[in-house]
Amino acid sequence: MTPFMSNLSSIGPEVVLTLTALALLVGGAIRGERAGGLINMISIVVLVGAAILGLKSAGAETTQAFGGALIFDKLALFAKTAILLSAALVLMIGAGFLKIEKIVKYEYSILILLATIGMMIMVSANDLLSLYVGLELQSLALYVLAAFNRNSLRASEAGLKYFVLGALSSGLLLYGMSMVYGFAGTTRFAGIAEAANADASVGLVIGIVFVLSGLAFKISAVPFHMWTPDVYQGAPTPVTAFFASAPKLAAITLIARLLLGPFADMMDQWQQVLVALSVLSMTVGYFGAIMQRNIKRLMAYSSIANMGYAMIALAAGSERGMEALLLYMGLYLITTLGMFACILAMRQSEGMVENIDDLAGLSQNRRGLAISFSILLFSISGLPPMAGFFGKLYIFLAAVDGGLLWLAIYGAVLSVVGAFYYLRLVKIMWFDDPAPSFVPSGFVLTLTAGTAAFFMLPGALWLLPALARWAGAAAGSLF
Amino acid sequence: MNALPHILSLITFLPLVGALVLVVFRASARGEDASVIDRNAPSVALATSLITFGLSIWALMDFNMADPGFQFVEKADWFAGMSYHLGVDGISLSLIILTTFLMPLCFIASWGVVKKRVTEYMVAFLILESLMIGVFSSLDIVLFYIFFEAGLIPMFLIIGVWGGPDRVYAAFKFFLYTLLGSVLMLIAVVAMILTAGTTDMVALLDYNFPVGMQTWLWLGFFASFAVKMPMWPFHTWLPDAHVQAPTAGSVILAGVLLKMGGYGFIRFSLPMFPDASQTFAPLVFTLSVIAIIYTSLVAFRQTDMKKLIAYSSVAHMGFVTIGIFSMNIYGVQGAMFQMISHGLVSAALFLVVGVIYDRMHTREIAAYGGLAQRMPVFATVFMIFTMANVGLPGTSGFIGEFLTMAGGYLVNSWIAFGAAFGVILSAVYALTLYKRVIYGSITNPKLENITDMVRREVIVFVPLVFLTILFGFWPSLVTDLTGPAVEALVEHIAAAAPALQ
Repeated sequence: MTPFMSNLSSIGPEVVLTLTALALLVGGAIRGERAGGLINMISIVVLVGAAILGLKSAGAETTQAFGGALIFDKLALFAKTAILLSAALVLMIGAGFLKIEKIVKYEYSILILLATIGMMIMVSANDLLSLYVGLELQSLALYVLAAFNRNSLRASEAGLKYFVLGALSSGLLLYGMSMVYGFAGTTRFAGIAEAANADASVGLVIGIVFVLSGLAFKISAVPFHMWTPDVYQGAPTPVTAFFASAPKLAAITLIARLLLGPFADMMDQWQQVLVALSVLSMTVGYFGAIMQRNIKRLMAYSSIANMGYAMIALAAGSERGMEALLLYMGLYLITTLGMFACILAMRQSEGMVENIDDLAGLSQNRRGLAISFSILLFSISGLPPMAGFFGKLYIFLAAVDGGLLWLAIYGAVLSVVGAFYYLRLVKIMWFDDPAPSFVPSGFVLTLTAGTAAFFMLPGALWLLPALARWAGAAAGSLF
Repeated sequence: MNALPHILSLITFLPLVGALVLVVFRASARGEDASVIDRNAPSVALATSLITFGLSIWALMDFNMADPGFQFVEKADWFAGMSYHLGVDGISLSLIILTTFLMPLCFIASWGVVKKRVTEYMVAFLILESLMIGVFSSLDIVLFYIFFEAGLIPMFLIIGVWGGPDRVYAAFKFFLYTLLGSVLMLIAVVAMILTAGTTDMVALLDYNFPVGMQTWLWLGFFASFAVKMPMWPFHTWLPDAHVQAPTAGSVILAGVLLKMGGYGFIRFSLPMFPDASQTFAPLVFTLSVIAIIYTSLVAFRQTDMKKLIAYSSVAHMGFVTIGIFSMNIYGVQGAMFQMISHGLVSAALFLVVGVIYDRMHTREIAAYGGLAQRMPVFATVFMIFTMANVGLPGTSGFIGEFLTMAGGYLVNSWIAFGAAFGVILSAVYALTLYKRVIYGSITNPKLENITDMVRREVIVFVPLVFLTILFGFWPSLVTDLTGPAVEALVEHIAAAAPALQ
């Protein structure tokens, strides 16, 4: 096989997705809006197919492609599989919503495909340039998606806000990357690692801080979180579900690869930054959510807090920490998508609702949905025996092991605050008198919520150990 | 009797299976069928809990009383070093039997009384039963924590869905208070796992944690158990939760959930952190004596019957903590006995209140008076448990209080003095309550037509009365069971922290 062909075969899933996206774009342009449903369907199939292709073709060895610009290891495989499946799930649960809101447009699926390709490059990035290209491909697609509902003022505002702040963060990132390049003399991660190992100069430290700031925006870590509640609320709900899931995993995997790879020797410097980001994110995320009445804003704060938690694991800077991070993120993705399926099912005869009070008495008229939602909420509060508890347990183990005892205690205590607002949703569903009942939601939503809930509770006994093992193997590829 | 394989797993998970069956049937029922399920759910729940009780008695028959170690051990690897590891000694088995014994009584007491969401009510209680038994039977520290904390969820729903007017506030207070304590314990558990390199409790019992570390670990566990127990000043959630919870919820709360705190102290704090336990014992004694005297006085001023009994529970738990931290054989045996006894007596008292609450729908003491004229059987039952609550010789309450005071006396006579003072105060509030509810003439016209206990209610009280008096005269029924394990524990502490003796 020629080098070019072997490079291409490494990025097989990405190539398939790109070709599909382009072909669908042409098809959509010819067929017009009527093709929306079909294109959505094809996109789902291709996303799942790409995930399977990636799993099938992955070797046990870590390989690089394009002269070391991209790396293919177990970590990349883990993240890519999770990203592809999340994207497919978002397309599945979102189809009904778009139909009801009458915003079925074929560009929607294609933009999600493009963002997914960007994320796949992000998690495989082994060079500052490929990192940036992947990040921007993802971001540009997401900016458009945020403003996708053109006729809604809120959505336009969300898109604009996201774009302006996103551009700012890209600027920070680029500036940091230029500093790193200036002091390391290369954009390859391996070269940067050598430079950092030889001399952790001030320039490199400043570079890392800027790079981290730029990336913190993508995982909506405080103080770079300002856009999150508004964008989550303004964007169409399926798009919000997408924001809350795959991009978070992609960005934090990227951060992990950067910090534990080229900058591993400068842990003393970046650990403080991560601890600060983590403490701030948990504080703002958990306390900020208490006052929210809109469930999408609540989910925004919830994702901020959860990213703060994930950063505890990252700050530990160990293999154990990385394993905890991946397990936590995997569980977070499943829980979040399940919760968004529940939110998408919140439809009354007069239309979609987003206020948490509309959930009142759900346990009496939509029992299955209420049980699924409650299990997901208990899980994300970290209560045993739900799977979410094990995610937290892994993080605490990693943090205490890494000498971050106080951070672990702070996180544990704040999770009680988190439990308060998650429980408030449970309370509304179970204790309050029924509000006008929801109209029955589609099969897909019920199935998604039910499956996610099943994974969180009884499935945890068998599926969780498998996920934990996989996360462990993926974490091992960084060390 | 033949040993039944996996008997502990059976006891632990049988109620859960019953709950799942109910859930499946209820979920698949439509329209008319749903009400049929609702009608039959109480019988299913009662049958499940009775079988569970039978199995636990079977386990008791098979139990080797002379062996202080863990029996009926089951072990299977899980993941990340955790294992599914069950086993009981006399301490845990006695509490398991208390749980399985109280559960059928709860279902009988709720029979026909609970009218809304009947199936869900039964399911919540069955799940709770599984989790409570799991707490006492697990020998893996993570497994223990899972059961310990998971119990919050069904109790939260029980208080919140079937509770009184202020149920939401009470449910949240209960949940968040207990959770805050638990997460601190979780961090301590994590530190223990990392230091000792195992999650196995049997191995952890033999592991010597560095003295400085013990202090922090002890405080982490204390945060959880002191709230659960509850010890003064961490008790404020209890009166609210008790008052708002439905009768059966109060019974389980007082009868079993509070015992998890005491069990935790005996199982973890004492043997795993003997040095720290010794260091902190004076603190515990102080808090316990304050609890006994202060909450007894508070109980005296209550106008709500359930609240009064709730405060009296806090006072009685003070005896338990005194007994545990005296770290001698009298004290720890007394604490175990007091927990069993309180499990029977306070459960019975909440049921007593439930009887008149179901008739009058008020728990205000002032609304009652002169019930002896209309409800003689009720007055007799109430009298027996009032006396047991006071600690009258001949009832189980006496043995526990006496032994714990004796244990405390061996450490410091002032502890026994304070505790004895509390016994007098308990007579004051308990007898006052009895006088105001039962004696005198009927002043409230609504009481004119009140009826005495029906057969269902009598059935609930018969076993409770029987055991309360039986244990009062024949305490070795309990102490023989808990004895070897307690002796081993006391020796273990003495060996680990010689300065104590």
